[in-house]
Amino acid sequence: MTEAQFALSTPTPAAAAAATPANSELPKMAARKLDFFYNGFHALKNVSLDIAEKRVTALIGPSGCGKSTLLRIFNRIYSIYPKLEAKGEVMLDGENILDPKYPLNRLRSKVGMVFQKPVPFPMSIYDNIAYGIRHYEKLSRADMDIRVEQALRQGALWEEAKDKLKQSALGLSGGQQQRLCIARAVALKPEVILLDEPTSALDPIATGKIEQLVAELKEHFTIAIVTHNMQQAARCSDFTAFMYLGELIEFGATEMLFTKPTKKQTEDYITGRFG
Amino acid sequence: MSDVSERLYRKRRLINAWNLVASGACAAFGIFWLVWILWTTLKTGIAAMKPALFYEMTPPPGSDGGIANALFGSLVMSLGAILIGTPIGVAAGTYLAEFAKKRAIGEAIRFVNDILLSAPSIVLGLFVYTLVVRQTGHFSGYAGALALALIVLPVVVRTTDEMLQLVPSQMREAALSLGVPQWKVTLQVLYRSALPGIMTGILLALARISGETAPLLFTALNNQYWTNDLNSPMASVPVVIFQYAMSPYESWHSLAWAGAFVVTVFVLLLSVLSRAILLRNKVSND
Repeated sequence: MTEAQFALSTPTPAAAAAATPANSELPKMAARKLDFFYNGFHALKNVSLDIAEKRVTALIGPSGCGKSTLLRIFNRIYSIYPKLEAKGEVMLDGENILDPKYPLNRLRSKVGMVFQKPVPFPMSIYDNIAYGIRHYEKLSRADMDIRVEQALRQGALWEEAKDKLKQSALGLSGGQQQRLCIARAVALKPEVILLDEPTSALDPIATGKIEQLVAELKEHFTIAIVTHNMQQAARCSDFTAFMYLGELIEFGATEMLFTKPTKKQTEDYITGRFG
Repeated sequence: MSDVSERLYRKRRLINAWNLVASGACAAFGIFWLVWILWTTLKTGIAAMKPALFYEMTPPPGSDGGIANALFGSLVMSLGAILIGTPIGVAAGTYLAEFAKKRAIGEAIRFVNDILLSAPSIVLGLFVYTLVVRQTGHFSGYAGALALALIVLPVVVRTTDEMLQLVPSQMREAALSLGVPQWKVTLQVLYRSALPGIMTGILLALARISGETAPLLFTALNNQYWTNDLNSPMASVPVVIFQYAMSPYESWHSLAWAGAFVVTVFVLLLSVLSRAILLRNKVSND
């Protein structure tokens, strides 16, 4: 398992050509022997997984397999709830973020997150973006304007939002709200972006826009995406991890995993025989 | 259609018709008394309205006057109660919703708060009587405001708690995942989201205390004259209504009706205002 996994996690030739030498030595993020407990329930079992830099890694699997749980460990957002416990290591640039001494502030500024339901804050579009930035930087009005525009452009929302920056973000459509949430995360200039089923509340057109956006964002950011939608994983990820009942069953280049799965369970799942 | 299904269908229609008539009659029965009370208050109250109501003091029997001192007293004590009850209530509600959500201490506080919420107001009046009036040796506006604040407090705790719990947890997670600390998230994001609901709770609390009589009888008592001194007994509209309505004098009766009318309209306006706040927020959320 570990050997196969190691072999598969080597980037495809095209990906390897684009990757800098440093990347192939050290993944951007990596889970090492990770276990997770929900109030005593063993939700993740001995998961080890690499998240390659400036690539999209998809986590797939049936409901309750632990894919969202895994994602929620990567920025320690799980820790706001009581009785949850993670054991093992999650490395970010070689440092263990599960170490209580790792500053949460630094972690969250480096690892942004976008959730299933679009949740714009009840303030203007401009302030939605500026809110996070203000927490880290003191910018002049003009500099902030530039940063907000930059973020909205990266979120592919600038053209639609530029004339109503002062209006409430609650007036945007669902798809626009989700792109705003992505822009809000991007605005902090994170290194990793976690997407937790970002399109499951959206219609196909909005979903298409988000997927296109993901493809653009991976030039600058490392992306991990949890999705229920296998086609989505196949379309927009470079690596795919298949999880089942809290275990990482198979992990490798997306193309390989979908065309030549090595495990029976993976094959059954991607061909729709269970899930 | 077969005979059986035809019969079943007819039976169902009959039951439906009967239930519709019965529930409609119950609604009409309830509304009948409500309309009667409001109608009497409006008719008699409007007849008793006069400008002097708002600038003359409560008169001795037989002479003309108004209820200016009582209106002022009610206003001051109610606002005082809101000023005392709101900050404590919002802070306590925030603690319950954000910091003690699934902990035993939170459940215990919530339970006690619910008891306070349904405690008879006369008990709260007696409590403040023992605590303040007996200790200071005299009735006072302060004591009245405090007794009303004890009514405001559980209402505000409850609405703040509930409104914050209505904020989707993903909103919290989204804000926290930006690295913003929890206290800032609460103040800057969650309060904004829950504000219309909390405002409504405060307005409804104000509506409730503006008609409270019992707690004031034991604390602020009453005053024939205008006073700006919260340390002395103070008049209030409900107490004046109570005293004047029980009297044998015709002129006092008419003042009591006018007072009842003013309080009713005030409460009505507050209800409409709180509805408007909620409604406006709902529209903008869509």
